[in-house]
Amino acid sequence: MPDSPSGAGLPAGVTRRGLFKGAAVSAFAVTVPSVLTACGGGGDGGGGGDSGSKTVTFGSNGSDEVPKKAYEAVFALYKKNSGVTVDVNTVDHNTFQEQINNYLQGRPDDVFTWFAGNRMKYFAQKGLVGDVSDVWEKVGGNFSDAMKKASTGDDGKQYFIPNLNYPWAWFYRKSIFAKHDYQPPTTWDELTALAKKMKGDGLVPIGFADKDGWPAFGTFDYLDMRMNGYDFHIALMAGEESWQDAKVKAVFDTWRELLPYHQTSALGRTWQEAAQGLQKKTTGMYLLGAFVAQQFPEEELDDFDFFPFPEVDSAVGVDAVEAPIDGYMLSRRPRNRDGSRKLLEFLASAEAENAYLKTDPTNVAVNSKADTSGYNGIQKKSAELISSAKSISQFLDRDANPTFASTVAIPSFQSFLKKPTDIGSILASMQKQAKSIYESD
Amino acid sequence: MVGVPTIINLCLVWLPALASVVLSFTRWDGIGLEAIEWAGTRNYEEIVTTYPPFWPALAHNVIWLAFFILIATPAGLLLAVLLDKGIKGTRIYQSAIYLPVVLSLAIVGFIWQLLYSPDQGMINQLFNIEVDWFGNPRINLWAVLVAASWRHVGYVMILYLAGLKGVDPTLKEAAAIDGASEWQAFRKVVFPAMRPVNVVVLVITVIESLRAFDLVYVINGGRNGLELLSALVTQNIIGEASRIGYGSAIAAIMLVISTVFIVVYVTQILREEKA
Repeated sequence: MPDSPSGAGLPAGVTRRGLFKGAAVSAFAVTVPSVLTACGGGGDGGGGGDSGSKTVTFGSNGSDEVPKKAYEAVFALYKKNSGVTVDVNTVDHNTFQEQINNYLQGRPDDVFTWFAGNRMKYFAQKGLVGDVSDVWEKVGGNFSDAMKKASTGDDGKQYFIPNLNYPWAWFYRKSIFAKHDYQPPTTWDELTALAKKMKGDGLVPIGFADKDGWPAFGTFDYLDMRMNGYDFHIALMAGEESWQDAKVKAVFDTWRELLPYHQTSALGRTWQEAAQGLQKKTTGMYLLGAFVAQQFPEEELDDFDFFPFPEVDSAVGVDAVEAPIDGYMLSRRPRNRDGSRKLLEFLASAEAENAYLKTDPTNVAVNSKADTSGYNGIQKKSAELISSAKSISQFLDRDANPTFASTVAIPSFQSFLKKPTDIGSILASMQKQAKSIYESD
Repeated sequence: MVGVPTIINLCLVWLPALASVVLSFTRWDGIGLEAIEWAGTRNYEEIVTTYPPFWPALAHNVIWLAFFILIATPAGLLLAVLLDKGIKGTRIYQSAIYLPVVLSLAIVGFIWQLLYSPDQGMINQLFNIEVDWFGNPRINLWAVLVAASWRHVGYVMILYLAGLKGVDPTLKEAAAIDGASEWQAFRKVVFPAMRPVNVVVLVITVIESLRAFDLVYVINGGRNGLELLSALVTQNIIGEASRIGYGSAIAAIMLVISTVFIVVYVTQILREEKA
């Protein structure tokens, strides 16, 4: 799993490659790409005839060790099965995201990794990715309706083949809970009471980090879904509801009650650093995606558990789960047209899914025929949580307009964390900016 | 002979810059030329009214410039003067102080991150304090300025060392014979004699301040107290967010600011040359 499982194109932690990239971009160079993009924009590749080729190119954002190995295993299997070589082009996770626009307009690889949600629909709507409805006709039986919905663009066609997902939840150490006799809370009041108790016991009740801007989205997404329901949340993400709605303000007011129990100086900390607190047993619990497990040594994974985000309003319930889906897309003019479709069919198979998850034990299969017998405790529980959900959200920066998420939501949420009492004016500013961005969308 | 470089310069620098200015009056998501929409001055209006990071970014660029001119550059000059006296081990000092200049600012950012990290950073561990160096918007700009200066000082020092070597030693001797103190000799004789170097250093300082970017970008993407115009341009154009028009408008504002400095500098030079 990546450094920034969902960062809206921003630096998450410092990766070595990220460093060099940052160095390469200088302030005076930034006027150039806009024009270069203009030149490349209409570029009509002219490829595509090469269907007899025994090679398919694959653009991968799996730059971290675990996904990199997982993809290697999958493609080795494909080579064995079909004799077709998959030529993998791995790009640093964040860089891949930041450059997706230029990448898709240039000469992208035949098949590439991407995310479900608005972030998929946007490129489908712009005609930058290929329709894979025909692949879905063959492999549809492997996936639930929810997965199909998550893979469908606004025009009703499929543009995405899901690979895996992982839930966001409150992670904790069993030994800490056992030592202090804590019970996983099921309501907001219980959660607050637990946080208070942890503080009394000398723990940092809630691990928290938002230096990179996106981790705080998780808390908002869940609170909004628990208080206002999934439909309102998604409408808000789509720009159909106002950030100045009293319902949104109520979410931030509720969040503010819990802020005193959050780890302080969050804006100077990365999620990896916050996860260390959990690992060192100084932090009581931490709301994050299941990828937090990567920060634990393997032998400690058994001591690791989570509880779902508790109920806030009994009228709304807890049937919405935040579980971003990662998967594959097809470029608009793949050089190896037939080969890339065959590869996508394979990637949608249980066989490919099994090969992937064998190497990556922090995610959960989305393929209903995948072999789940090798799951560890966290994976089993994750799968149960996701399958019990009535609605699945994709995370703020995947459900909302990407421009809004990175240039408006991140600084606004950080302002809230700095000065929680300013929320009125922060939301007013957010709405003004949201209007300008969604209008032109 | 100068024709070829001029054409290359026009094509690769001025055309894109002008295109960027044109784009700043449009709305465009960067996908397909046909998607460009004329927007008039709307981007500019929104930037100065509804875009919260703009004014802080402008202020931070000014602070950056002031800090470099008033603190970092004089510090470099001071070091150069001290080292020029030929103290023992001067080469070691020179290399040590110059070393950060060789490193990319992004690497500098990484090194300082190791020092400043709130939980695991060396400074907090060493002094047993809990200061949120990069997260607290009231102090992170200063923390970054220290890091950026650490590099700038070495740069200025090496330039002034060369400058000091170029000053005719007889000038100093003459001043000493006339009864000038060391400080007077430096201020009235040596410093003015280094005019060409002074100009270079000033230009470098201004340029470094205006294009300051990579350090804050590595630290937190240029947000939360570290907003700079260059970082805003990047956030709007390079990232997944493609507000090409919006980002171009910020870039155009930067271009205007730079132009002001360039014009002031060029007129100054021309006037002095005439005199």
